[in-house]
Parts: sequence; C-alpha cells; structure tokens
Amino acid sequence: MTSTTTRHTLWAALPLALVAVLVLLPVAMVVAVGWGPDALPVLTAPSTWRVIGYTTFQAALSTIGSLALAMPAAYALYRLRVPGRRMWLAILTIPFILPTVVVGLAFRELLPFPGTTAAIVVAHIFFNVGLSIRVIGSLWGHLDPRLEQVGASLGLNPFTTFRRITLPLLAPAISAAAILVLLFTFTSFGVVLVLGDPALPTIEVDIYTRAMQRLDLTGAAVLALVQFVIVAAAIVVSSIMSDRLAVRQRLGDDEMTRRLPQSPIERVATGYVVVLAVAVAVPMLSLVVRSLRVSDGWGFAWYAEAVSPTEGTTRSVSALSTLTRSLEYAGLATVIAVFLGVIATAGILAARRRGRWLDGAVMLPLGVSAVTVGLGLLLLSVRGPIDLRGWTVLVPLGQALVALPIVVRVLLPVLRSTDPRMRQVAATLGAGPLRAWWAAEGPIAARATAVGAAFAAAVSLGEFGATAFLVRLETPTAPVQIVRLLGRPGEANIGVATALAVLLLLLTVIIVSVAERIRPRRGGGW
Amino acid sequence: MRIFTLGVAAAALALTACSSPNTTGAQSSAAADSSSSAALQNATVRVLTHDSFALSQSVIDDFTAETGIAVEFIPAGDAGEMVNRAVLSVGAPEADVLYGVDTTLLTRAVEAGVFAPYTSPDAGALRPELANLGVGVVTPIDDGDVCINVDDVWFADNGIVPPATLDELLDPAYRGLLVVENPATSSPGLAFLLGTIARYREGGDGVTESWIDYWAGLRDNDVLIVNGWSEAYYTEFTGGGGGGDRPLVVSYSTSPPAEIIYAEGTPPDRPSTSTMLDSCYRQVEFAGVLAGSDQPEAAQRVIDWLISPQVQADVPLSMFVFPARADTPLPDVFAEFVTRPQVPLELPADVIAAQRDRWIEEWTQIVLR
Repeated sequence: MTSTTTRHTLWAALPLALVAVLVLLPVAMVVAVGWGPDALPVLTAPSTWRVIGYTTFQAALSTIGSLALAMPAAYALYRLRVPGRRMWLAILTIPFILPTVVVGLAFRELLPFPGTTAAIVVAHIFFNVGLSIRVIGSLWGHLDPRLEQVGASLGLNPFTTFRRITLPLLAPAISAAAILVLLFTFTSFGVVLVLGDPALPTIEVDIYTRAMQRLDLTGAAVLALVQFVIVAAAIVVSSIMSDRLAVRQRLGDDEMTRRLPQSPIERVATGYVVVLAVAVAVPMLSLVVRSLRVSDGWGFAWYAEAVSPTEGTTRSVSALSTLTRSLEYAGLATVIAVFLGVIATAGILAARRRGRWLDGAVMLPLGVSAVTVGLGLLLLSVRGPIDLRGWTVLVPLGQALVALPIVVRVLLPVLRSTDPRMRQVAATLGAGPLRAWWAAEGPIAARATAVGAAFAAAVSLGEFGATAFLVRLETPTAPVQIVRLLGRPGEANIGVATALAVLLLLLTVIIVSVAERIRPRRGGGW
Repeated sequence: MRIFTLGVAAAALALTACSSPNTTGAQSSAAADSSSSAALQNATVRVLTHDSFALSQSVIDDFTAETGIAVEFIPAGDAGEMVNRAVLSVGAPEADVLYGVDTTLLTRAVEAGVFAPYTSPDAGALRPELANLGVGVVTPIDDGDVCINVDDVWFADNGIVPPATLDELLDPAYRGLLVVENPATSSPGLAFLLGTIARYREGGDGVTESWIDYWAGLRDNDVLIVNGWSEAYYTEFTGGGGGGDRPLVVSYSTSPPAEIIYAEGTPPDRPSTSTMLDSCYRQVEFAGVLAGSDQPEAAQRVIDWLISPQVQADVPLSMFVFPARADTPLPDVFAEFVTRPQVPLELPADVIAAQRDRWIEEWTQIVLR
C-alpha cells in the first residue's frame, strides 16, 4: 500500500513540477524584480498609498453593493418557488463570465457618469451580483425552515427573526461571497481602465501604466507584490473568520424548503428578482442597440467597417481579424490550460495530504491577478532568462495561466466525489487499472474536462489583464483592439469597438451555454 | 532553374568584381546596383509610429514605385506609449523603423539600445540647428512647438483678456480654463511639463520659487488633466469642435492653421485660436532603424526617404510640423498664421535623461493626488 502511494507520488512529481514551474515562474519574476532596496521609494510614496486606499475603497463599495442587492434575490430564488427560476438565475449569472472590456464599454456608453467611482462600482455590482446570489442562496436554500418557524412561534416579527436567526446561520455564506467579490473587485482591471477616472488609478491600473506607459518595471513589480500581500492576508483572515462563523447545523433539502410566495414581502422579493434580471440585461442589450446606431440613423455600418481595415489608423487591423486571432489564441490557451489543469488536478488527488498546498499554488494566478501574470511573463522576457517575445505561444500561455484555476475548480470537486468502489467493482470484474479507472471515472472525467475547457475558452477569449502586457502590436486580440479603439477619438472608432464588443459577447455567451449544457449535475463547484 | 542559378552566380561575380579595382568598373557597379535593388524589391518596411502620423498616400506610392520597397505604418498610440513599446521589445522589434520619437523621449530610447546606428548620406541637408541632434544614431525629420492654445472667440465672448504668460495662468481669473495632457502618457503633456520646469527651475526667472509650486498653483486653479492630446483638444477644448468647456489647451503652434485646413465648408479667413508664445517648448521628432530588424538596408532607405525633398514638403500639411530639411518651401497658411517663438523653452537632453522619471513622479504626486 505504502509502495503504491510512493509510486503514485513519484509518477505525479514530474508533470507537476512542470505545472509548478509554469505557474510560479511569472510570480517569481515579480518577486525578483520587486523585492529589494528599490522598493522603498515606491512603498514610502504617498501616491502609492493613495492608490492602495482607493483600490480598497472602490472594492469595499462594490462588495457591499453586490451583497445588498443579492440578498433579497437569493432569498426569493432559493427559498421561494419563483416561476422561471432557472432562467432568472442564468440571466443574473451571465455577466460574471463576460469579457471585462465589453462590460466596461457597455457601461461607458450607457451611464450618464462614466469616468467616476460610481461607474466602476455599478459595473462591479453587475459582474458580481449573480455570483453573490449563488453563493448565499446555496446555503439559504438548505437552511432548516423550522428554525424560523420556531422564531415566529416565539412571537418574533419577521424582521427580528431574520436578524436573530437567519442572518447568523447565513454568515458563513455571506462572508464567503464577500471575500470572493472583494477579491474580484480589488484585482479588477479591464473595467477600471475603460470606465475609471485616469487621475484615480487602482493598483491594477497603476501596475499597467507604470510598466507599459512609464516604463517603471520595478515600481510595477513592487505594486504587484503589495497587492499579492494584501490579497493573501485577506484570504487568511477570511478563512479564520469562516471557521469562527461556521455554525453546526442540519441542512435541509432545498427543493423541499422552497414554497410559493404568499406574504407581501415574499411577493415583493419575487418581483425584485425580475427587476434585477432586467437591470442586468439592460447593459448587454444597450450595447447591441448602440452598435446599430450610426450617424444617420440605424444600420450595420459599424459591422461592415469591422470587416474591412482602414489604412494608416488603429483600424488598419480589421476588427474581424482580431476576433479570429482571439479565437485562435483562446483555442491554444484552452489546450494548455486543460493540459496543465488535468495534471494539476490529478496531482492534487494523488498527493492528497500535500494537496492543499498544491491546490494553493494552482490557485495563485487567481490571487495574484491577471495583470501580475502578464507582468511576470513580460519581466521573464525583458529582465529574465527566457525571452518569449515574438512567440505566438506567449499570449495563450498567459491566458492559460489565468484560466487554470477555473479548470481546476471545475475538475477537482467532480473527480474528488467519484466513488472509489466503482473502480474496485470494475477491477473485480477483471479490468486492468487503466481500464478500471476509465470505466468508473472516464465518462464523468471527460465531461468535467469538456466543461473546464469551455470555461477556459470563454475566459481566454475575453482575457485582457495578462494579454495587454504580452500582445504584439501587429496582432492584437479583440479585447485589446476594443481598448485601443476607445483610446482614439472619432465616431467610427467607438462604433467599430461596440460592434466588435457585441460579437465577442455573443461568442462568449455561446461557449458558456454549451458548457452549462454538458455540465455534470453532481459534484458541485462553481 | 539553371538560368536562375547562372544569374545569381553572375551577380555574385559582378559584386566581387566591383570591390576590386578594374577597368570594367562602370558596368559591374550597374549590375551590383540592380542586384541590390532586386534584394529590396518586395521588401516591406514596417514603420512604428504614433497615432498623429500622416503622409500623403501619393508620396508613399511614389517611393514604392521607385524603389520597390513597400512601407507599412503601424500606429502605436501616443509617442510615449510607442517609445515604451520599442524599449520593451528591444532585440525583438515589432517593426524595422521607428518614426516620431521626440527630444523628450529620445535618450530613453537610445540608452535602452532601441536603435541601430545609421547616418543618412543626406543628413547634411538638414537645418543647421537640427544637424547636431541625434548624430550617428537617429535622424531629425521635423520639429514643432508645444504651446498653450487660446480660444480667442471664447475670451472675446466672455469679455476676458486672455493670459499672455505662464505666470498669469495662476491668476484666479483663469480658474478652471486650462486642460493639459498627462506627461506620463502624452508627448505634448511631457513637453509642456518640461517647459514649465525650464522656466521655473531653481534659478529660473519666474515669480514662484520652483516648478513644483507652479504646478501646485495650477492645480489649485483647477487645471484639468487628460490622458492624450486628442481628448484634450477635441473633447475638452472649446475651440476643438467637441463641445468642451476649457478655452486654454496644451497643443501645437500649428494647431491654428490646422483649424483652417480642416474647416468644414468655407474655411474662415483666419483661425479663431492663437498660441501663447511664452509657453512654447521646442520638440524635434526623429526616425531611426530599429536594432534587430532583419532588413536594415531597406530600413535605411526609408530613413533617407523621410528627409527627401518630397516627403519634407508633404510634412507640414499632413502632420502640421516644420520640415527638418533646409530650404523646404512652407505652405501659405504656415507663413501667415504660425509664429515660431524667438526663444523657445528648452532643456538639454542629458538633463532630461537624468531627471525625467523623477519629475513625472513628482508631478503625479502634486497634481493627481
């Protein structure tokens, strides 16, 4: 038994080392460049602390807003029988996987106050409200309704029942949702770049401007390190907090606890879901409408313009070619991400005891943000030993590292929950180890891998943070081209940008709905 | 196939013959010329440039017809952004030639090793005051003055006397009227910052002690900062046609004639904007061959072409800058509506190289706090 485990570990070691090197190398470069005496002037500059403060401020506002708007909807969707529940949930969750620059552009054209903190916060809520609903609702739906009934029978009014009984029971889910939204909004890049005030950068935007516009690679690396430390601290604090908040309770079946809305409050909550879903759909629809608005009325002029290049301008690269390139890169990134993700997942499962550590390493890109991955790979080429500039694989590699945590998150719970007895049964029926594995876990593993691949493709297609650092001038991806077009004056540039954004949006939605369709129903995860 | 091989052999022979002194010199050198231009035939030289680049298509077509070299211009954002891209891709360049690096950024690019040294045989034809700039590495192509532009119509309508000096911009009467580009991201923005430093540095002749105080004063007088020139001029400036509300903008001394050339319908007799000469900073733009280009020879021909009389004559009205080549005729609108400052603000290249990044950092902390 022991020898089998040792052999497993050895067998897993080599490919795992490859994954570890690929994942850790960019981070190591950031540490190598950012760690040292050069960091001091950056760390002591008041402007640095202003940037950190502002980043925290907007992230806190966005988190509070997302949770506040999510709570009533989570209640309605997970405690009540709302007609069309799956559709509302789908609509509310779509924004989470949309390309950030597309969302930034949609709000830039829709809101009367672009270039403000309010605009950033609104876009962040748009992104994260669905995620918050799912995280909070998945616990709420399982709460034993009898506890609340006891509260009512003791004469507590509904509000007090909620405050004294429901809220403490929900605390673990609320804090989990809060920390997720906080992480996403703290490291948000594309939205802030497109929608924010240039005089008020967040850490991510400042890393980008320092590296790409002011050529201050050291300062960029220092800020990336600062951000990493803050994010790591937040994760540690949250895990301590979630241990404390955890309430030992018997959970019910969510299908059973749901009931038809009766009281006025329940009806209002149901109506609220519809209002929220409409509010989430409006920016996406308005982008489509905006792309059809041309100088003299309505039409497909911007789409026609997107097909043909205009010499000597930013549009000398046709918008359509950037979309094809994005698809090519996303395809390559998906292959890399799935390859690395399968190895990493297998490794985590094989080396169970050390799995937690490995789990953390693979999740690193999520914690260190896409911008840090991009900066790390750039530093690797400019200051480090491996020059990847000009290689086609550079951009897909960055995208794959950003998508990797999602692939692992999809694969891990599914494979973890497979029953080892299935394999034993296959073995007793005379199957070899590989065949036994395939018979027992093959179909579900293949499906989970396909779902992981689809999510990796969707993420890579809209990826902007890492790509912005790595993309070559002559071969922009669609999100990069959108941002370039927005940086130029003139109606045609914005028009083509919106047309391109709509096409990107459609592609992403198609990929993700395919993923939703093939998603295995057991195992959970995201 | 055999004929082709023979042809190559003959060309090679001709080349060797050319390097040895013999009587058939004239004939061999003609053969060498044709073989060399055969190598350049079908070459496509990629020119990295800023977004403000423009040249008449006919001028470009003539060059291609003459030499067989196709030229592709790749806009890479503002001049600062473009130079940073070139620095980050040293050794693996994204193009063969870089056009549009200016005096404020030249040292950054040269020190990073962006350029392969080249001196055009035509460099002697440049204006004498430009001839000693970038020697041996890059070639001056044009120059211009970054100045505050004034919307005279707005000031007349509002019954305010427009400011005439940098000092006067601190006057509360001009509160909230000025829009400036961010020097970290914009070349004219950086030029204007350098201009104020040239004026208000320790030992300068201004009323404030240092440039830092000057900018604190501008900030307190509600200066607006935007990322790039287009946004400043077309969106925020009252005279740019974009419905802005700031009648003072950092732009070029050639913006007023541009207004006439680009006017829709009947052009006005004279521009509605003017330049504040006290604020002008001289900016020279250079072109160079990018180190690591795999077709340096064709790239060098493009540099020669950029200072040829034909391109130089086209430069004023396509990019609204002054040609670097001496004796290039200027269009009428330039002669009529552009005043070049007698003594423009300037800083030595080595001072800029040593201090620029610190200045931008300090500026960021004062103005964008």
